Amino acid sequence: MSLDTATVRRIAKLARIRLEDDEVTLLQTELNGILGYVEQLNEVDVTGVEPLSGGAQMAMRLRDDLLTDGDIAEAILANAPERIGPFFAVPKVVE
Amino acid sequence: MSLTDLTIAEAAAGLAAKEFSAVELAAAHNEAVAALQPRLNAFITMTPELALRQAAAADARLAAGQAGPLTGIPIAIKDLFCTAGVRTTAASKILEPFVPPYESTVTAQLLAAGAVFLGKANLDEFAMGSSNITSGYGPVENPWKRAGSDAKLVPGGSSGGSAAAVAARIAMGATGTDTGGSIRQPASFTGLAGIKPTYGRCSRFGIVAFASSLDQAGPLARTVEDCAILLGAMSGFDARDSTSAERPVPDFRAAVGRGVRGLRIGIPAEYRMDGMSGEIETLWQQGVTWLREQGAEILDISLPHTKYGLPVYYIVAPAEASSNLARYDGVRFGARVEGEDLIDMYERTRAAGFGAEVKRRIMIGTYVLSAGYYDAYYLKAQKIRALILRDFTEAFAKVDAILAPTAPSAAFAMGEKMDDPVTMYLNDVFTVPASLAGVPAMSVPAGLNAEGLPLGLQVIGRHFDEETVFAVAGALERAAGFSALPALMAGAM
Repeated sequence: MSLDTATVRRIAKLARIRLEDDEVTLLQTELNGILGYVEQLNEVDVTGVEPLSGGAQMAMRLRDDLLTDGDIAEAILANAPERIGPFFAVPKVVE
Repeated sequence: MSLTDLTIAEAAAGLAAKEFSAVELAAAHNEAVAALQPRLNAFITMTPELALRQAAAADARLAAGQAGPLTGIPIAIKDLFCTAGVRTTAASKILEPFVPPYESTVTAQLLAAGAVFLGKANLDEFAMGSSNITSGYGPVENPWKRAGSDAKLVPGGSSGGSAAAVAARIAMGATGTDTGGSIRQPASFTGLAGIKPTYGRCSRFGIVAFASSLDQAGPLARTVEDCAILLGAMSGFDARDSTSAERPVPDFRAAVGRGVRGLRIGIPAEYRMDGMSGEIETLWQQGVTWLREQGAEILDISLPHTKYGLPVYYIVAPAEASSNLARYDGVRFGARVEGEDLIDMYERTRAAGFGAEVKRRIMIGTYVLSAGYYDAYYLKAQKIRALILRDFTEAFAKVDAILAPTAPSAAFAMGEKMDDPVTMYLNDVFTVPASLAGVPAMSVPAGLNAEGLPLGLQVIGRHFDEETVFAVAGALERAAGFSALPALMAGAM
């Protein structure tokens, strides 16, 4: 399985990373190197094996559906690149 | 002896006996950091005034007879742990302006135990790397040198700044995080002890996420006992991390001197890899002899899926990273680059904010999770991950701990192994399997190679049995008597 430049551009679009033309070729080579390396996993017979999703030796714990904090809008907004009053501000998305 | 040469255990005893104050201890370390930072670049942010204020509070606690296990002990914090009011970058330009409004659980526990924070240690960007070369704030220099050479060596990664700081005696210990070897490999490269505890032992709350099913916090220090003291303070249940283990924290420090008499130690055949240096093979055999001489029983074991660990890791970790790093979009925190519209703003922000290695991993992760490829890559990798866990489960039915090398080589020079990403990834071949299985693993400095560089041995234990890991590591440490010192060190320049 080898990626062409169109696929590299499509992945970058999905990942929301802008790529310059010279980066596409380099990434194509590097990503194909990594995908070539992981190809060896095809040797392994995984028939009947349940996938392991996590490192924890337990079932996911759910917390009670309770309010645990609040009234911290200023602390949260303190790191915003741009804000208008108590809101995060982004470029206009609706004309 | 200078204050910066003390171990944590010695410094705590000295503080308790009023031989010196916490402020004196912090000042000695602040001075050492200032002297060596221009050379090592071990820190991204230094907090000398904060350290002195915390030290003054520690002196008050000591005077009141209310000292905790780390009261007055100056340490470095990997810049992946959120620290309230102190900038936290994950070594990424995308978090350059980020000042967390809250404290990570691990650092909060260290503060409660009385620790003094010297600053935020450098690392590979978002902990993605094995050399500290990918930091957005410049590489870290390893304080060790090859005999007769002034070539700058890497400290390993991703916890490279933490390792360099502790090795150079400018911090007494440090926090690290380990996703595929990021505590153990730098510990091996810098002559330190470092433990990745069982997944779930330390809370991940407030640690900038890389691969959530693998990320674990742990300490680096100059002795096994110091690691035990630090890990004791860092561990414990936290309701704010859904994978935190609801278990009591044992007395790790007491386990260090327990000895290995009667323990069964497994030697995995599959860790004997093609191309591994003969020095590492010899050191491994030396480790076997040391443990046998102290009364351990040595058994040959098999971990058949070992060689698939790295390829599984390089699917699972990027997949989780691509999801975790989606939050860096220039809207709620971090850097922003303006664009023509919202999507363009996202794409320009992420293009400018992420470095090359982070982009590569996000791209691989996006691809293996994308429609049509999920089963072939991600699901298949998760199934082989299950087989890797099964290998360990079956081995631990026969043995109490496993002995292996930590890394396939000693520290390499900046510029080496950087021809392509896969060559760099091979550094983690011996550390990744324990990460995938979630079992605890520790690196102990065990000897020097022909060039005078440190080499580590790795002890791997059962889930939540860090005590046996500490017992075996302590036995190796006593037998090795590792006393070599790096070229660049506080007071030595």
